Amino acid sequence: MFDFTEEELKRYSRHILLKDVGVEGQEKIREAKVLVIGAGGLGAPVALYLAAAGVGTIGIVDGDVVDLSNLQRQIIHSTADIDKPKVQSAKETIQAINPHVKVREYKTFLEASNALDIIKEYDFVVDGTDNFPVKFLINDACIMAGKPFSHGGILRFEGQTFTHVPGTACYRCVFPTPPPPNLVPTCSQAGVLGAIAGMLGTIQAAEVLKYITGVGELLTDKLLTFNAKTMDFRKVAVKKREKCAICGDQPTIHTLIDYEQAACDLASHGK
Amino acid sequence: MTHTLDITKEHCPMTFVKTKLKLAQIADGDILEVLLTEGEPLNNVPRSATEQGYKVLSVNHVDGQIHKVTIQK
Repeated sequence: MFDFTEEELKRYSRHILLKDVGVEGQEKIREAKVLVIGAGGLGAPVALYLAAAGVGTIGIVDGDVVDLSNLQRQIIHSTADIDKPKVQSAKETIQAINPHVKVREYKTFLEASNALDIIKEYDFVVDGTDNFPVKFLINDACIMAGKPFSHGGILRFEGQTFTHVPGTACYRCVFPTPPPPNLVPTCSQAGVLGAIAGMLGTIQAAEVLKYITGVGELLTDKLLTFNAKTMDFRKVAVKKREKCAICGDQPTIHTLIDYEQAACDLASHGK
Repeated sequence: MTHTLDITKEHCPMTFVKTKLKLAQIADGDILEVLLTEGEPLNNVPRSATEQGYKVLSVNHVDGQIHKVTIQK
């Protein structure tokens, strides 16, 4: 126990110095397995900070390749990575930051057919995706598997996030069903200020590290929203719903669902 | 049980990092005697240990620049 090398002690010294983390917390971080779904605007800062923090195993799910238009916010990828699979580019950046981290690549999109199989290996799941169908899929899969997760969403100048641990409100408790395709624009349609991705992603990364180390209070049963134009942050109380279709007393959803995606999102896949 | 740790060759912040590592490795109630040098280590290690909930039992001059801080976990 606590067999940190001299190099690790120095690398993680600013964590170890913290009363609330210490050697014990750093050991928990080293043993943790975290799945980051989406190596895009949110997944980039999440994966970078988790890697720097020394999370032992990071899984990354993304079926896309790096596109020039990603680089305005997806800071784990570089210009030289264009056309490379995002999971590969992310892995290379992570290992350049911290060679102690074991990276598992899943070059695929999360779907009803593979979701449970992928998330079962992990202690915590991070939603870094950009569309509602997958957000609902992550929620439902995590509820079914009893996994904690961090939800994150960004658009234009705004972001929202909450953390779920079993027994607390889930995404469907707050938003029962996905909006109809094309009703809510995605980032690729409406745009997003790049730095917003960093703001929200680093909140998610902090939540993951708080969960792993048991420090502080998580954003459970609370939806945090912010608007970067005014820099107003709000925390809205949310409640677990007894009638929730996935986590309620009598769930009506028993299998995972692949909801229909907005047409332009489908077109952008595989680019 | 009493343990000893020599951090006279270390610099801030590794002085307290090494102290915390050793404290994590010993049992509750055990005593850790830390040998350190004057200046930053002597100023910081006992203060940080106290701030983080450990009991500093004594600080004694040993020899030259070397001091011994006795901490109870």
